[in-house]
Amino acid sequence: MMWRLDDFKDNIAVIDESGQTYTYSHLAHECGKLAYHVKSGRCLVFSLCANEIGSLLGYAAFVDSRIVPLMLDSHLDRGLLAELIEHYKPDYLWLPSGMAPEFPAYALEYSTHGYSLIKTPYVCAYPMDSSLALLLTTSGSTGSPKLVRQSYENIRANTESIVEYLELDETERPITTLPMSYTYGLSIINTHLYVGASIIMTEKTLMQKEFWQQFKELHATSFAGVPYIYEMLDKLRFFRMDLPTLRTMTQAGGKLTPELHKKFAEYARDNGKRFVVMYGQTEATARMSYLPYEKSLEKYGSMGIAIPGGKFSIIDVDGKEITEPEVTGELVYEGKNVTLGYAERGEDLIKGDERHGRLVTGDMAKRDAEGYYYIVGRKKRFLKIFGSRVNLDETERLIKARFNNVECACAGVDDKMHVFVADEALVPEVHHFLAEKTGLNRVAFTVKHIEAIPKNDSGKTLYIDLEKYYD
Amino acid sequence: MTNLEKYTQTFTTTFNIVPEQTSDLKYQDIKEWDSVGHMQLIAAIEDAFDIMMDTDDIIDLSSFEKGKEILKKYDVEIG
Repeated sequence: MMWRLDDFKDNIAVIDESGQTYTYSHLAHECGKLAYHVKSGRCLVFSLCANEIGSLLGYAAFVDSRIVPLMLDSHLDRGLLAELIEHYKPDYLWLPSGMAPEFPAYALEYSTHGYSLIKTPYVCAYPMDSSLALLLTTSGSTGSPKLVRQSYENIRANTESIVEYLELDETERPITTLPMSYTYGLSIINTHLYVGASIIMTEKTLMQKEFWQQFKELHATSFAGVPYIYEMLDKLRFFRMDLPTLRTMTQAGGKLTPELHKKFAEYARDNGKRFVVMYGQTEATARMSYLPYEKSLEKYGSMGIAIPGGKFSIIDVDGKEITEPEVTGELVYEGKNVTLGYAERGEDLIKGDERHGRLVTGDMAKRDAEGYYYIVGRKKRFLKIFGSRVNLDETERLIKARFNNVECACAGVDDKMHVFVADEALVPEVHHFLAEKTGLNRVAFTVKHIEAIPKNDSGKTLYIDLEKYYD
Repeated sequence: MTNLEKYTQTFTTTFNIVPEQTSDLKYQDIKEWDSVGHMQLIAAIEDAFDIMMDTDDIIDLSSFEKGKEILKKYDVEIG
């Protein structure tokens, strides 16, 4: 068992948008009922998530009963969802009941708390390793079939570590701001269920009056945010809001600008709150580092130190450890939360641990003389857009597949992808297609026409030559 | 350009829609008007009318119609 739901009996586990509460006893009982209806036993389930009680109930039931969920956003593009189903052949889908009619060929097995369990024609299509607990996407928005395989031990180790450094207990009341299908959002569910706290689940966003009403009326104590959320809060003039119950703000999912880091650290210091900047990856379950809140202002711009039980090192291009401070190299993390590896197809679900507790992160970092780490760049071709990883090569493939192999190149900076196409007439269509397919707001993309995509002699795109066209 | 035209244009350019789509439009009716799009819209409205909106008004602007009402507070009359 991952959690001790029964131990917390009458504690409130979940408060929904309407203010309705659900106790831990209720949750434990409902988890048992749902697991009973999964007749395939240990199998693969696609869980289509929203920040609702039904979604959390499914997750808790599956993980506690050794049923393996793949967590997906319920708004995922339907074409991409169909491809994933075809690719991994899950036994069931667990989804908001309103979505069930979209799958008329699948049999309805069970419905509760606004969610439904529907049966696909597949029965344990692929064998799974006994340590496999959970699957998460690496780049949810492009529908890549590449998944991260997380074990029970990974989730437990990371949960215990986060609970320790954030000093979480049953008096906490986080309000959801991130999807459950996203590793950072899920870690908030994991850690708070672990300590018997009450999670306020809302689909409302920071831009809605109802969100702040819920925040105040339900006495939220913490929220989490990716850099974009902190930028929005800044524009919302968050610093003037009166939020007496707020204790802690955490930040991860990409690097906050040092200016904004400082601003929130100052707000926290002046108002008796904690602001905790963290760093992580789905490949490390969720978290790898945190900057202790007492150091938030002194070390602004830093992502802190390794979490309890973890260890960082920095290596050079030859893989040799760099020991002197202020020298940039690739960041390596070691700890029990380093996940098993990837799955790219159903046959990979039987694979065991391929990383043995060591993750070469792909992020470039340096350490200061006092041992605090700073992210300075990235080795791989992806951007973080509103906190989610978007792979640039996959995005190019999506465009080429849809537009008759058009010459194109995707590059850019976090929160802004610059897309170049060689066919001027396609510019508006490509822009529309990307927003549609990825589910990301269209402002995340700038689509431009250029005569020819710059390439080297061997035909590789020279992305550096495109930077002069960024606005 | 009238104030109504200016106001309508903030919606059409931010969300890439036609004026006919604006009149009944509410937050999250279209995928372009999510929390990210909302911030863009607020910036466009503040620019168009040279105003600076309060937090309560920013989060209360939940529809095209509601926005007209809110703008009155900033002495912007939209017919």
